[in-house]
Amino acid sequence: MATAFKQSDDLMAAAREEAFSMPLDKIDVSDGARFVNNTFWPFFERLRRDAPIHYCADSKFGPYWSVTRYKDIMAVDTNHAIFSSDAHLGGITVADMDDDFILPMFIAMDPPKHDVQRKAVSPIVAPANLAVLEVLIRERAQKIFDNLPINEPFDWVDRVSIELTTQMLATLFDFPWEDRRKLTYWSDIATSDPDLPGNPNKEERQLILLECLQYFTNLWNERVNAPPAGDLISMMAHDPATRDMAPMEYLGNLILLIVGGNDTTRNSISGGLLFLNENPDQYEKLRNNHALVETMVPEIVRYQTPLAHMRRTALQDTILGGQHIRKGDKVVMWYVSGNRDETEIENPNAFIIDRARPRQHLSFGFGIHRCVGNRLAEMQLKIVWEEILKRWPMIEVLEPPVRVSSSFVKGYEKMMVRIPG
Amino acid sequence: MSHVTFIEANGTEHGVDVDNGVSVMEAAIQNSVPGIDGDCGGNCACATCHVYIDPKWAPLTGERTQMEHDMLEFAEGVEPNSRLACQIHMTAELDGLVVRMPESQH
Ligand code: HEM
Ligand code: FES
Repeated sequence: MATAFKQSDDLMAAAREEAFSMPLDKIDVSDGARFVNNTFWPFFERLRRDAPIHYCADSKFGPYWSVTRYKDIMAVDTNHAIFSSDAHLGGITVADMDDDFILPMFIAMDPPKHDVQRKAVSPIVAPANLAVLEVLIRERAQKIFDNLPINEPFDWVDRVSIELTTQMLATLFDFPWEDRRKLTYWSDIATSDPDLPGNPNKEERQLILLECLQYFTNLWNERVNAPPAGDLISMMAHDPATRDMAPMEYLGNLILLIVGGNDTTRNSISGGLLFLNENPDQYEKLRNNHALVETMVPEIVRYQTPLAHMRRTALQDTILGGQHIRKGDKVVMWYVSGNRDETEIENPNAFIIDRARPRQHLSFGFGIHRCVGNRLAEMQLKIVWEEILKRWPMIEVLEPPVRVSSSFVKGYEKMMVRIPG
Repeated sequence: MSHVTFIEANGTEHGVDVDNGVSVMEAAIQNSVPGIDGDCGGNCACATCHVYIDPKWAPLTGERTQMEHDMLEFAEGVEPNSRLACQIHMTAELDGLVVRMPESQH
């Protein structure tokens, strides 16, 4: 039963052969193609072993350093004085930000500006407020699950992962319900590569994002004149730190929250089901003890690593793991690799839902940019699994999922499943 | 061995004995004291080990480092006596230390 969707071992064996025989300086882990067929793993294994701080001189994204071990990633992530997130230096992904249309978002800012804006947004996703949101998010999730087809194949990504994530965002913003898929659309546009065929080009992309701004400006105007409420827009409109924000800054922060909470949570919802199917013993363990959801959730986030990397730019010359990094160099922290570093995490390639310290992973980053939505994401996943287990002992993945072609957003386009009835 | 008392936001007290050299965060985790998460394992990189130092003990626990200061910027309900528990290591001098925990860690 549980082998139909397993990825081809031959493909992986060939990738391993290549990864361990090719010259080190030719390794380029930023290639999205290896993420589509899931064969990037042995390349990181080789880098962790032979060149943990590795220079790739030539890639689609230009030259860059790869940091692949857990401890080194922690060192970069916690040294914001040297390793900058600033959009104007290129930002936070291996692909440089578009110079002509930089959206000011605090994920791509350094202190002190970063700190001010983060503080304004942070209370909404703090545990006290989450407790209020939880009830509403759970009710809405229950409706989605109650309407799923039984004994009939369907796409889990579209019917469950996208829908749940979109509803969660709409709840967060108190966004007009019937328009909620616009959130998904704007998020996809914001992260789309304008140079790829089929995607909106630069100008089209800007226009769409300005429409987004217009929509949210209307919501802002409604709420700034109403009494303060618990949704994110109302909070921003009434908080002294954010109420005088310039329009582009408002757009930047919105897009950041939409994008930050969208693909990441979506792909964790899909990933969890996939991992349980790949590991029937863990699924069995969970069925017998629903309380394990608590420790399974962070394990899903580690195992999925929804953002495969974050990037920084060196503000000065520095030495990292014996390598000389020069001012202006692009430094990529591969969370997806650090999360499989056996020197830091025991048996890292195994999906184990009852680890002693499951939150010991890099998926949310560390340091001053550590994911502000981390508890919200965990809450969402907790609700998903509690509600699933209440209803069904098993949901079957029917075939290998279609994966996203990106070395940044690590996730799934499509995953066919069936709920046995 | 030294003694630490953790007091939850609701007033529940937990007393534990730990080896000197161990951080206050580790002391809580090793003894399953609720209210301290310690997501980053003590790297001063997550701020989920936020505690309030009992005023009597504050002078003995030292000063915040720059990184600790930067991380505390983002914790909820920070007070002048807020510290990150992973940055305080137990010594004979700290035997009897009392720390309070916030409502939640984020
Ligand atoms: C499993 C789900 C998620 C993952 C894996 C994830 C991952 C990350 C990562 C890796 C960072 C950057 C860390 C760094 O640069 O060191 C980040 C930052 C951020 N995330 Fe998340 N995220 C998730 C869910 C969410 C949600 C649900 C929201 C909000 C609704 C959110 C909002 C943000 C924001 C605003 C930042 C910027 C923080 C800053 O720069 O200070 N994320 N996230
Ligand atoms: S354990 Fe992360 S800051 Fe103390």
